[in-house]
Amino acid sequence: MARVGVITFPGSLDDTDARRAVRIAGGEPVALWHASTSLEGVDAVVLPGGFSYGDYLRAGAIARFAPLMAELIPAAQAGLPVLGICNGFQVLAEAHLLPGALMPNAGGHFVCRDQRLRVENARTAWTSDYAEGQEIVIPLKNMDGRYTASAETIAELEAEGRIIARYMDVNPNGSLNDIAGVTNEAGNVVGLMPHPEHAVESLTGPTTDGLGFFTSIVKGLINV
Amino acid sequence: MSDVTELNPQPTPGFGPGSTDTVVRAAATPDHPQPYQELGMNDEEYGRVRDILGRRPTAAELAIYSVMWSEHCSYKSSKIYLRQFGEKAPKTDALLVGMGENAGVVDVGQGWAVTFKVESHNHPSFVEPYQGAATGVGGIVRDIISMGARPVAVMDSLRLGAADAPDTRRVLPGVVSGIGGYGNSLGLPNIGGETVFDPCYQDNPLVNALCVGVLRHEDIHRASASGTGNKVILYGAYTGPDGIGGASVLASATFDEESQAKRPSVQVGDPFMEKLLIECSLELFQAGLVEGIQDLGAAGVSCATTELAAGGSGGMAVRLDAVPLRDPSLLPEEILMSESQERMMAVVTPENVAAFMAVCAKYEVPATVIGEVTDSGRLVMTWHGDVIVDLPPRTAAHDGPVYQRPVAVPPDQAALQADSPVRLPRPSNRDELRKTVLWLAGSPNLASKEWVTSQYDRYVLGNTVLAQPENAGVIRLDDESGLGVALALDGNGRYTRLDPYAGAQLALSEAYRNVAATGAQPLAVTNCLNFGSPEDPGVMWQFARATEGLADACLLLGIPVTGGNVSFYNQTGDTPINPTPVVGVLGVHQDVRRRTAMAFAAEGHKLVLLGTTYEEFGGSEWAHVLYGHLGGLPPQVNLPAEAALASVLVTAAQESLLSGAHDISDGGLSQALVEASLRGGLGVRVALQGDPFIELFAESVARAVVAVRPEAEARFVDICTQAGVPFTTIGVVGGDSYTVDGAFSIPLHELREAHTRTLPALMEL
Repeated sequence: MARVGVITFPGSLDDTDARRAVRIAGGEPVALWHASTSLEGVDAVVLPGGFSYGDYLRAGAIARFAPLMAELIPAAQAGLPVLGICNGFQVLAEAHLLPGALMPNAGGHFVCRDQRLRVENARTAWTSDYAEGQEIVIPLKNMDGRYTASAETIAELEAEGRIIARYMDVNPNGSLNDIAGVTNEAGNVVGLMPHPEHAVESLTGPTTDGLGFFTSIVKGLINV
Repeated sequence: MSDVTELNPQPTPGFGPGSTDTVVRAAATPDHPQPYQELGMNDEEYGRVRDILGRRPTAAELAIYSVMWSEHCSYKSSKIYLRQFGEKAPKTDALLVGMGENAGVVDVGQGWAVTFKVESHNHPSFVEPYQGAATGVGGIVRDIISMGARPVAVMDSLRLGAADAPDTRRVLPGVVSGIGGYGNSLGLPNIGGETVFDPCYQDNPLVNALCVGVLRHEDIHRASASGTGNKVILYGAYTGPDGIGGASVLASATFDEESQAKRPSVQVGDPFMEKLLIECSLELFQAGLVEGIQDLGAAGVSCATTELAAGGSGGMAVRLDAVPLRDPSLLPEEILMSESQERMMAVVTPENVAAFMAVCAKYEVPATVIGEVTDSGRLVMTWHGDVIVDLPPRTAAHDGPVYQRPVAVPPDQAALQADSPVRLPRPSNRDELRKTVLWLAGSPNLASKEWVTSQYDRYVLGNTVLAQPENAGVIRLDDESGLGVALALDGNGRYTRLDPYAGAQLALSEAYRNVAATGAQPLAVTNCLNFGSPEDPGVMWQFARATEGLADACLLLGIPVTGGNVSFYNQTGDTPINPTPVVGVLGVHQDVRRRTAMAFAAEGHKLVLLGTTYEEFGGSEWAHVLYGHLGGLPPQVNLPAEAALASVLVTAAQESLLSGAHDISDGGLSQALVEASLRGGLGVRVALQGDPFIELFAESVARAVVAVRPEAEARFVDICTQAGVPFTTIGVVGGDSYTVDGAFSIPLHELREAHTRTLPALMEL
């Protein structure tokens, strides 16, 4: 069974949800502690949402220096699948595993809404269970979700198809090019601002559209 | 306890350099003047302290007694009325911990228990809306942790001045950001509440925050310090000069105006520390390292030490100079009164101290042994070796003054009740009825609160089954069995102003009905009683009547009050707010998968009105919105009818007979149809017998409107008949408009526009 680690930083909030999503997708969730120095041999890693270290300095800026990140960064560069959700995306950007930065929302408020997205790239480790162009609705909730990068970076991401999902109907935070998520060149590291782990059960989510991120990795790892 | 030489003892004002107001000195200087009046104590109370101690209090002791005997901590004006909640409590096996602890604990079955409580943070939220509201959430969350529970959700009940008043645009956005900024950072879903506007709250908004927590029966913890030799550990944030207005009075001899101005009267919250405190405390409980626990809220160290000591075997020795400080210049009496946030106090056996410290270190939470449990029966505190406090802890924590304040019917009460809304002109034709629907749907109190709730995380923890704008918030407790709870928080200041006894019962009725509308069996009650000054006999009469009404209604409905909070001195200028008891009802779902949602989303399902509609408009939204009128009598309370309605709604949910259900309250049937229709995105077509104005807008109690699954119609009729609940088929779900035959038809998009534009237009510039 695919073993998917979920790192808990001080201030992580959606870690239990991410573990539940892995379990529902048929994987084995493994709780990882930020101060540890072992990834415990997991096959993939999720950096969950939350406010690590209160986001008091800059979202993700301190968590990026956690002892376990020193293990994760080279592993991700060597191909370990890593998904950063919301605060996890911010950590990945701070760690330079993904390009760009996440700035405070254009509206100045925390925003929580059921967000329609279009999956633009179904070839990454975390999106292979979707169809390209598929529209999904999953919760979005963030304070610092405005994706920003240099014009060259944006052009590069567009040209290489590395924007994995875009906001539809409403751009909730002022992200450039309606970007909701991006991937690295290899397609193993993905950052996503909305929360697929909150859309894995019809009882508690607006849809079950988020499950695809977790079934993508679980199936992909079994097929390897 | 001698490693203190590197610190300079701080002087106490009035005694010259280098001196501390010790117990010895207090005994030797009986005539030393003390600022007890500035600290809110009267001559009699101060005299009582002297009698208890057999001498004058030290400055530190005066600090402790003044805060512990304050209205806020001692409930001295309300105690004689709050006793009713215990005396009239219905017989129930559900209550595992009753009133008096940090929060009551209710058995919800399968070995699970739930603790919940609502508290006010009204005055701080007016002074500094963001931090006032944020620390209100922080405080109630720590109450829940200190029962041994994991907090799983929050709610909030907000009342502000007129929606279009300039100050409301300062207060509401600040309060909402504060609740969101704190609650979102803790990872607690915000699942419901209220936002109400009325000019009476102009200079005195009400911010009432509720938290609910979950625990196994065996994990209940109490605030008690027992076991001589056990260590007292203060853990969490460092202590700073937060919210110590009172202490600066004590210290005023040495402070000039400038230095006092640096002291914030409103505490500042650190939600990140609180999140660490939650996880750290739960791990400490799990590992069995805690003998007794108390959160630090109002009155800080004073409250925690006296309550822990009074709740246990009765003695405690505390080294006050061991309290870790953010500001090393704090005086002992300031440390005692500081309301710095994110602090807890635990009693730990000596052999567990190392393990306790290890867990705190894991979470990077500072923890310090500041004292130990003794068998002396006294709370003794030292400051660099000198004894500065030596008192019997019960006298501060439990045996404060109790007042029977004068009560009198307010002089305008009779005129108010005589001023019936019958005289108000009513819509006289189809077009006016249509306009009335839209006015009400878009009025600030009835308009969509999405501008508020979209700033709160409702998804975190992954167990939110229903959240605002649903009838009640519903949280799953157990993934396997589906066991869950429903919570609703309601109040109505206008009804309570017209008749305090009925108003409190109507608040309870509405919360009870809301919980039942989701299909949950109501089980227990918490309350936050927001009133004006207890020194005003009219206010005290309102308080007496409201508590009596609430206690009587809880007995009749069979649901006990498990705890609550009183907030007095809420007034705008000299005018008290409308008396506003806010009532929270907790219900249980055996299986949340069978809950009923409020949306009408199934084409063709029949709409059934449950209950009876009377011509009742006193205190109604219609009179308020169209005429700013408040007079007459509120709707007639009918508790047996509420219980019968609830039984129908609970059974119908268990048998999955309904595709949607919405309670009827503010704004009447019309508003219920608007909300359920917009929620589901489908129209409704109804035909009404009788006067459409009364049918649509009256606010009679014990009513709901439901959409019945076609195959379940016969069974549903049976259930209603058996329960004696009147039912009328009034129409059908479907189409894209809200239509009342022979009266009006309003397209949903027009309705949605009216309902959703109001708050953003008022709050966003």
